[in-house]
Amino acid sequence: MAKQVLDALTAKFPHAVDRTEMTYGDEVAWIKRDHLVEVAKWLRDELGFVFPVFVTAIDRLDWKPIGLPPSEHWNEDKPRFEVAYQLRSKTNQRLRLKIAAPEQDPRVPSLAELWPAFNWQERETFDMYGIRFDGHPDLRRIYLYEEFVGYPLRKDYPKEKRQPLVRRDDLALNPLKKEVR
Amino acid sequence: MADSTLKQLVLGRKDVQDLSDTEQDLPPDLMTVNMGPSHPAMHGTVRIVLTVDGERIVRSDVQPGYLHRCFEKESEYATYTQVFPYTDRLNYVSPMINNVGWAMAVEKLMGLTSAIPKRVEYIRVIVSEMSRMTDHLTCVGASAMELGAFTAFLYFLKAREWLYELLEVVSGARLTHSYVRVGGVVKDLPQGFHTELTNTLDKIAGVMVEVEAMLNNNKIFRDRMAGIGAMSKEDAIATGCVGPIARACGVDYDVRRDHPYSVYPEVEFDVPLGTTGDCYDRYLVRVEELKQCIRILRQCLRQIPAGPIMVDDPRVTLPPKQDTYNTIESMIRHFKHIMDGIRVPPGEAYTFVEGGNGEIGFFIVADGTGRPYKAYCRSPSFVHLSTAGQLIHNHLIADVVPIFGMINMIGGECDK
Repeated sequence: MAKQVLDALTAKFPHAVDRTEMTYGDEVAWIKRDHLVEVAKWLRDELGFVFPVFVTAIDRLDWKPIGLPPSEHWNEDKPRFEVAYQLRSKTNQRLRLKIAAPEQDPRVPSLAELWPAFNWQERETFDMYGIRFDGHPDLRRIYLYEEFVGYPLRKDYPKEKRQPLVRRDDLALNPLKKEVR
Repeated sequence: MADSTLKQLVLGRKDVQDLSDTEQDLPPDLMTVNMGPSHPAMHGTVRIVLTVDGERIVRSDVQPGYLHRCFEKESEYATYTQVFPYTDRLNYVSPMINNVGWAMAVEKLMGLTSAIPKRVEYIRVIVSEMSRMTDHLTCVGASAMELGAFTAFLYFLKAREWLYELLEVVSGARLTHSYVRVGGVVKDLPQGFHTELTNTLDKIAGVMVEVEAMLNNNKIFRDRMAGIGAMSKEDAIATGCVGPIARACGVDYDVRRDHPYSVYPEVEFDVPLGTTGDCYDRYLVRVEELKQCIRILRQCLRQIPAGPIMVDDPRVTLPPKQDTYNTIESMIRHFKHIMDGIRVPPGEAYTFVEGGNGEIGFFIVADGTGRPYKAYCRSPSFVHLSTAGQLIHNHLIADVVPIFGMINMIGGECDK
């Protein structure tokens, strides 16, 4: 059962799938980001991956795993961010889609239109890692306040750094309030 | 100066009889109301900016984040064992389940899952189910209180307190237990635990009968709950709902049954399902799950075997105290274990358990050191709260209270 989904995916979209792997029983497929929406839509409609589980990102800036050769370490030629979408099918198969995003251009197409659950989770990923989700209906910070500078879960954000909230009046008004006035 | 002008100057308003006919009409504009973050029904941590037309909600913006305590960032700097206290503070109404989830996540990465002793698995299931009961008791009790049924609240909190007392006897702490460890649990169940728990379960079954008699057909309770905040099965799936909320909508999914872990395959239980997906169904599903918890616990108490409470693997276990004080090897091992942490081989895995609110999962990226490279928590409360805006749409402000209560948003878990 396990490899079937990955095989079907590779057969259907040979140009979109970079590589596939199995880790600890999870199926992982690396998808080129231009083809993500197309692949995700097919997975949802044809293979029954209707249940969204989570979205998150991984920052590889500091990635020096012990016991693996230096070629596995992160260097500047490799994309710094990975975005992971975890999906579950009607038959309880689990699939993780991974999309690489370079540091200069951390953009990934949004899947919030396909699964409304990803709306907030993509906002969370944007809030914490600064990944821009193209086509997201409402990409605002969700945990932190909008005056916050930087992205706290990136590896180059020091844990001890403090940012007191400074009031700024040059920001746009709350659009919800604008209509009322 | 005329009397009315003086009143207007001093009080800043006119009396009704001083107003012209047009001024006496209610304003037709929409109004923005701020609900929370410090509002009794918002559980202290969520702000909802409501745009209301009279009492009807036409738009809402739900804003979490007031309890954000950087669980993920802190975890990257803590050893795998030091993360347990942090997980306690995720869903602080059922901390044991988070403990078990984190332990299972680390064990999966270390390849220890099948090596865990049977007794440990049973103890974990017992404390998980007790935690699930405290979670449901709090949710149902608090929601009933918010609708005015203070008696039901006190009955349920009394029952919850019995469970907390037992968990305190087991772990040493009433609320933040930190009882589970990678590879086992801290200590064995205390003497007399079996009889204590059996008696407590009997007492709780009695309380359930009383509270159900009080609430199930209570006119006020039903009027406030039935048909309120209904969600279709398709919406529940697309918005990622899990646990009692999804089951109330008819989504037949329970991690304990569909991805069996620990010793859940060895116990019998039913997964209750709702049909309408409204607040009343969510209440019924939770009450039924409470009964199933009692059933699981009784089976576990019958079936639990004797045996070790820690896996025998020097990578994850501390040496016995006797050896630590008397042999240099054990002392070094103890020191490395505490200071460097458990060395988890590089890799990434997503592990999930059925929490009080549904699938709570940990996605860990390990880099071979004693601290996680990344620790992500898939918190059900966050996902459920994202549906709140849709659920309260077109309802009255008063309906926000039962809807929000039955979503059972736990601030610590939602905001991480």
